[in-house]
Amino acid sequence: MVDNVLEIDNLTVRFHLKRGDLTAIDGMSFSVKRGETFGLVGESGSGKSVTARSIMRLIPTPPGEIVSGRVLFNGQDIYKKSDAEMRAMRGSEVAMVFQEPMSALNPVFTVGSQISDALRTNMGMNKAEANERVVELLQLVGIPSPGSRLDSYVHEFSGGMRQRVMLAMALSCDPTFLIADEPTTALDVTIQAVILDLIRSMIERFNMSLIFITHNLGVVAHACDTVGVMYASHLVELASTKEIFANPQHPYTVGLLNSIPRLDKQTKFLTPIKGLVCNMMDPPTGCKFHPRCDHAMDICKSINPPMKEVAPGHFAACHLHDM
Amino acid sequence: MSEYLLEARNLKKHFMLDNDTVSRLAGKTRTLKAVDGIDFAVRRGETLGLVGESGCGKSTTARLITRLVEPSAGEVLFKGENLLEFKRAKMQQTRKSIQLVFQDPYSSLNPRKTIMQILSRPLEVHKLAANWVEKRRRVLELLNLVGLGEEHADRYPHEFSGGQRQRIAIARALAVDPELIIGDEPVSALDVSIQAQVLNLFRELQEKLSLTYIFIAHDLSVIRHISDRVAVMYVGKIVETGNVADIFDKPQHPYTKALLDAVPDADPMVEPPKLTLKGEVATPIDPPPGCRLCNRCPIATDHCSQVMPELVETSKDHFVACHNL
Repeated sequence: MVDNVLEIDNLTVRFHLKRGDLTAIDGMSFSVKRGETFGLVGESGSGKSVTARSIMRLIPTPPGEIVSGRVLFNGQDIYKKSDAEMRAMRGSEVAMVFQEPMSALNPVFTVGSQISDALRTNMGMNKAEANERVVELLQLVGIPSPGSRLDSYVHEFSGGMRQRVMLAMALSCDPTFLIADEPTTALDVTIQAVILDLIRSMIERFNMSLIFITHNLGVVAHACDTVGVMYASHLVELASTKEIFANPQHPYTVGLLNSIPRLDKQTKFLTPIKGLVCNMMDPPTGCKFHPRCDHAMDICKSINPPMKEVAPGHFAACHLHDM
Repeated sequence: MSEYLLEARNLKKHFMLDNDTVSRLAGKTRTLKAVDGIDFAVRRGETLGLVGESGCGKSTTARLITRLVEPSAGEVLFKGENLLEFKRAKMQQTRKSIQLVFQDPYSSLNPRKTIMQILSRPLEVHKLAANWVEKRRRVLELLNLVGLGEEHADRYPHEFSGGQRQRIAIARALAVDPELIIGDEPVSALDVSIQAQVLNLFRELQEKLSLTYIFIAHDLSVIRHISDRVAVMYVGKIVETGNVADIFDKPQHPYTKALLDAVPDADPMVEPPKLTLKGEVATPIDPPPGCRLCNRCPIATDHCSQVMPELVETSKDHFVACHNL
């Protein structure tokens, strides 16, 4: 049991908006083991970031509502915790790295004061202890001459350096679980490689678990142990990274893999997925992917397929596997 | 006629910073060398891919060849004539042949105009339609060309998804029958499944209308897919240029190599990304005289920090700017 640090069980999150209800996550289940890196892929609007925020209990209610399901962290349902317990958990047990370091960090406070803020609140350190720890953290994430950067503001750092600061802040209270929401999307490839390497070494060094949210399949292929693929608020496929790339079972995953231009060979035309992503305010009935699917059958239009184990440890939600 | 449709020679754009009287008197003005003497040429019907990281001068280059930003020095030869010497009226005529497609389809379309109005505008500016009927016919033809239909003509941009908007932006560029289309990161804002559709559209249109492309992107796999020839930029300079296969299979410049090594391929069985460059990108503000990569380069020597390497042809059509080959 203790094996799984995080367990999400049939989670459904809905937003009540003026224009109507929007189901952002629909019946999602997965778990993350200690030391595991779990990749969550999908296109914009598929529900990746809402998943991350619901684990941190950062969904604003209203307009959001946890309709059903549980999020178990170390066996405890986080939605049964008090606000104070939750605050104690954020930062010291689960921490998050966001995509846009410029908007996630505060421009009017120095980097040193932002990081030490968390240390003084969560770990009860005094100013001197906190500053000492901040220098240590900045050193850890590879910021040159960290002592002199304590009084710098965010705009004085480059994109890659800001992401290092974000990471230092996330690591500040020794979390056991890290959620990285598109941490390298805003960065150039050479800087992306550096940050990926850094995240990986931190994970190994502190034996943390990681949920890595991205739309970049290249990043997933090299950074994650397990991959979950999301489409229109549903988890449609779940397997080890090797298995997903070698043997994708859901037509959406197959389509996604065929859509990416390859670096090692040139092809004249790509094989895109036909059609457009569905409107989440008015999703299709049955399987959400059926209007774009080449294999769609009658049953796909009426019944949403459940997740099914198609090979050991490999799950896919598609009616093709019922036959 | 020249073999090349467009040729840039020693093209430069220097922005003056702190250019006020006090700083000038104190001799404290600084120069941002966004594009610092680049040469490239595009043959008729081919695609030149321009690749590099943010801030390397790719987008400035696109704006220089369309004269949306006036170059500080150099020549841009379009069909053998120097664009930069054109008077206003002639330049406007020439703009008909060179069109731009921008990165962000959310900010490049006017939210208050219908698609019909957006696509009619270039026809009106260049007086390409005699009357309303002809204009409408041409707009519908353009919509068909990019995979949209008549039913889309009277809608507003907010009713479309990112991929569809980019199709509209492409239709607008095509409205004036251009010969050269410059795409400034035209697929970077799109999700992969949609990106593939738009890349295929670019290909189809090129074949159908025999277009020439300059395609700017930071995504190397997109560049590999779409380009015939590639120019790699780093801090205002072209460091390597050649055929797409040469650049990707036989890269010679340390920066090109590092760039290729850093891309994670979407296949867990191939080698993971490697880091061969240390440190941060050099600043284009008052850069030191030598090679712009010398502070990060694994094979840099003292000579590299003193003298800027010139592009040298190392094999047929493959040019590299490096002292240590």
